[in-house]
Amino acid sequence: MAIELSAVSYRYAGASRPALQSVELRLEPGRVLGVVGANDSGKTTLCLVASGFAPKVVGGRLDGSVRIDGAETAAIPPHSLAQHCGLLFQNAATQLSNTTSTVFEEVGFGPCNLGLAVPEVIERVWWAMRSVGIEDLAPRDPARLSGGQGQLVALAAVLALRPRYLLLDEPTSELDPAGTALVADALARVAAETGTGIMIVEHKTDVLARIADEVVVLDGGSVAMSGAAAAVLADPRLAKLGVEPPARVRLERAVRTAGLEWSPGLERALA
Amino acid sequence: MSQVDRETTQSTPAAFAGVAADSGSTANDGRRGAPARSGSAPSVPSIELQSVSFTYPEGTQALDRVSLRIDPGERVAVVGQNGSGKSTLARHLNGLLRPTTGRVLLDGLDIRSVHVASLAARVGLAFQNPDRQLFAGRVSTEVAFGPRNLGLRGAALDERVAAALDAVGLSSEAATNPYDLGYSRRKLLSLASVLAMRTPILVLDEPTTGQDARGAAMVRSVVAGAAAEGRTVVAISHDMRFVAECFERVVVMRAGRVLLDGPPDAVFAEAAWPDLRATYLEPPRAAVAGSRLGLGATPTEAAFVEALRRRAGS
Repeated sequence: MAIELSAVSYRYAGASRPALQSVELRLEPGRVLGVVGANDSGKTTLCLVASGFAPKVVGGRLDGSVRIDGAETAAIPPHSLAQHCGLLFQNAATQLSNTTSTVFEEVGFGPCNLGLAVPEVIERVWWAMRSVGIEDLAPRDPARLSGGQGQLVALAAVLALRPRYLLLDEPTSELDPAGTALVADALARVAAETGTGIMIVEHKTDVLARIADEVVVLDGGSVAMSGAAAAVLADPRLAKLGVEPPARVRLERAVRTAGLEWSPGLERALA
Repeated sequence: MSQVDRETTQSTPAAFAGVAADSGSTANDGRRGAPARSGSAPSVPSIELQSVSFTYPEGTQALDRVSLRIDPGERVAVVGQNGSGKSTLARHLNGLLRPTTGRVLLDGLDIRSVHVASLAARVGLAFQNPDRQLFAGRVSTEVAFGPRNLGLRGAALDERVAAALDAVGLSSEAATNPYDLGYSRRKLLSLASVLAMRTPILVLDEPTTGQDARGAAMVRSVVAGAAAEGRTVVAISHDMRFVAECFERVVVMRAGRVLLDGPPDAVFAEAAWPDLRATYLEPPRAAVAGSRLGLGATPTEAAFVEALRRRAGS
């Protein structure tokens, strides 16, 4: 059981260079995998390819193998893929259905399309909204939300599908710090309690330091580094790859660079 | 800059009398621990909101009697929880939204009497979502659209476009279709489109969102460059590090009202944390660590290291 990418290269239709090259990656149930990298390093494409959305929906050419629980994504029809993989787009505005008049209906749109009984749809909608702290938005018009609120609604709508794998492209980019922490903790809980495998693209490395088990660093479409989250996020090569290290790592580095002594007291203060 | 208590808030003269008077008792209570904004303000502010309230057609009140005075050349960050009215506020600054009640003045002129197209020459607004802003088939055409509408042509127009693209690191993408760029670079493109207008006032809605380390550094340098040219910069952001490092004044909003208003030293000082947390914000990690170590206000990482150095040397 896992999403497995083996020797994956992918090129968008008409593109002069591949967006992904020779990528090996494994997302296991119950694990949180962080993906970082500079702008245009292939993070969004990785989400699209790992979910089967590319090339199935967006076209382009895929080489190598993408398997979800052992089955090649090429052999799985799109509606079935959607039940395995919940994909959250980077731009939440493009995720919303534009067919509903309340946030409650919007979050329930996916579960309704799965043909679930109404009581289960309702239970899932409240659970998903509660998970990301937006119960109070239930009667609001999805088209009339702030950027951050829209992002939380889009995330709740994906959570309500309860897929086996969640592929999230910068799910906290427009959230306030408390909203970011709430979502991070909710995702960690979903992974631990339901065994959902979560891949999360994130520039906020503090979020990954908090919840990721492993981290993959992309550079020019290839995997430049991967491993346990704490080790990768503290690796001095990270900054050269266009990734801002977590605040804790940056501060420790700044203290040492200034020639000051690193002490247990500092360690505790930065914890 | 010293902190201000309620008494000094209430006695804040001239420039900020509106904030204290219009915000009501709740906002006054919320300003406990907020810093003073004092000094010799120019007589005509760049931007002035006078008790501005705004309610969307479906009934959501996004702004509630907001009064704010921003002087020419100030760098002001507006922070607050999701849905606290920050973007609504930004859209009032270039006339995209008009107050339900209250007034917005630019350079002393009530914008009710000014068409939004004329305001565009004064205020450049980079949207939170670049896809609501971009429409051209080429990056260079996109960036040229604004200055062309201001009447620029030929070499002068080309120079504007080239400088704006250079400022955000997109010089090599001039002929690219904007939608062939990733989201983060589309955001930088929307910023370049606004920069090319060279407006005296820049309003940036979440400019560092989705940026990698290089993109975020570029946005920081754009803010610094605009400030060096004496332009007024207002940015909405959840990125507390960006706010602490790049802005001299931080306005904290909650539920459509101004909760705190002052320099980063004071807004991120420990005394203000309860107010920050009440609006879903967290102080920067450097500020928290500095406070735990008894170093005083250290809103930026540089300030934190400097305070440690001082202690080690003393």
